[in-house]
Amino acid sequence: MTDKALTINNVCKNRGKTRVLDDITLSLAPGQRVALLGHNGAGKSTLIKSILGLTPIQDGAILIGDATPGSAQARRETAYLPEAVSFHPALTGREQLTLFAKLSGAKADVPGLLDRVGLSDALDRRIGTYSKGMRQRLGLAQVLLGQPKVALLDEPTSGLDPISRQDLYAIIDELAAQGTAVLIASHALTEVEARTDRIAIMRKGRMVANDTLSSLSALAGLPIRLRVRASANADALAAELGGNRINGASVELLCSPDDKMEALRRIAGLGDAVADVEMTPPKLEDLYRHYAQEDLQ
Amino acid sequence: MTRFLAITRTEMLILRRNRWLLVATLIMVLFALALTFAGSAPTGTLGVDMLTVSVASMTTLSVYLAPLLALMIAFDAIAGDVDRGSLSLLLSYPAGRGEILLGKFTAHLAALAFAMTIGFGTAGAVAAFFGGAGPESLMALVRLILTSILLGAVFLALGYLLSALARGATAAAGLSAGLWLVFVVLYDLGLLGAVVMDKGGTFTQSVFPWVMVANPADAFRLWNIAATEGVAITSGMTGAAQALPVWAAPASLLIWPVLGFALARLAFRKVEP
Repeated sequence: MTDKALTINNVCKNRGKTRVLDDITLSLAPGQRVALLGHNGAGKSTLIKSILGLTPIQDGAILIGDATPGSAQARRETAYLPEAVSFHPALTGREQLTLFAKLSGAKADVPGLLDRVGLSDALDRRIGTYSKGMRQRLGLAQVLLGQPKVALLDEPTSGLDPISRQDLYAIIDELAAQGTAVLIASHALTEVEARTDRIAIMRKGRMVANDTLSSLSALAGLPIRLRVRASANADALAAELGGNRINGASVELLCSPDDKMEALRRIAGLGDAVADVEMTPPKLEDLYRHYAQEDLQ
Repeated sequence: MTRFLAITRTEMLILRRNRWLLVATLIMVLFALALTFAGSAPTGTLGVDMLTVSVASMTTLSVYLAPLLALMIAFDAIAGDVDRGSLSLLLSYPAGRGEILLGKFTAHLAALAFAMTIGFGTAGAVAAFFGGAGPESLMALVRLILTSILLGAVFLALGYLLSALARGATAAAGLSAGLWLVFVVLYDLGLLGAVVMDKGGTFTQSVFPWVMVANPADAFRLWNIAATEGVAITSGMTGAAQALPVWAAPASLLIWPVLGFALARLAFRKVEP
């Protein structure tokens, strides 16, 4: 028995002579939301297909609960949203979702699910008439069938407008609240930053980072940006604090997380000379650039 | 265990919705009627009823049309889903690949059976009404319909095989056209050439009938012709039929769908969406 919803241990996969997955280790606890980031071709989709048992792995092990990928139990317990999903254009949304409900063996309220993803008006229209975003919503509706242990979402926000994206993350939160572990492969960094519990970054088939956002920032040692606005003389302030003057009235300082409090104390000690302080911790974008591009030995 | 039926229902919906069923049935009815009327001339001279002549003409028609219609549905079955990107999603569900294939096969075969029964049935009824029919010619009509469905099953299975092997639906369509040409046209031409070269030697006497019956399309023709004397007379193809045991053609036509389906299942196992 394992208390993890998804366990991936030292998984390797070759495609021809290239190693597309290299010693990947990752685990998700029930209810955890994990973002899987990486460039195109970093191996995100391949990893997801390995978890689904759609493509064989050469080494290592994957477990969905206690089940091996592709087994009947594993397929009952995983939900999947493919990248740029499409369905047969001749079917209606209701018919397509009814098929998936029957295949999954779950008792499902098909109109209710379609309403949940905002497709109640298009229930009996052919999928051929749907927009890309609507097809994506239909794909999301089938993820909600049953109560999956693991949900694998490959680029779920592609083609969605900003409102739909918010709906999507609300649905992901619901899934997580009912105990489903959610793995989201994505390019939309600012979105996953606020909406996930953990970040995993892949680079050329290797897992180069796998931790919470704050731990990753600490690990990367990326500086915190402090912007201090002077009340009168910015040059004097810059000289005092040792930062760069960036415009007529502000000074910018970079400091490591450990030195942050010390710097703030110094700024506070300047009294009336400082009008305002703005602090920006490193963004996921900075982190992503650090981990996904840096050549690690 | 009812999962393949869910696939079947969906596939039936698709065939109805995209008008395939309507078009296929119309084609069958029109061709069968046209051949029945065009072929009714020799009735008097041969001393058989009009339905017998009609069945003989429709047998020739079915050799071409049944494989064609079957391949037209089958080529898209796997490659189309791969192209659309929906196969990976389908395979992430508990239904196994065998169940998916069986579900599609059941739906496609039912659609073919519908088109065949309506098409040949209508033409048969018209022929019987205008030129009379007997118990024997009615039997011949039923046999024609059932064997046409079997022939369709063979090419459905072979179509799935190509659909699993091909890279993309367009390639699968091309391969299917090639398969049709080989089995229905070129195979017979090749055999004809061989017989002419052989000038009635051992090949013609003993090998040729077996090579011929190994092709499902020819087995279909032989089965229908050998079984009814009247049909054999009107089609003038008794020689090859008499050189073989009675079970040869039925055996060939019954083994092919099973073999084809098993091969398609094997090829589908290797498909990585």
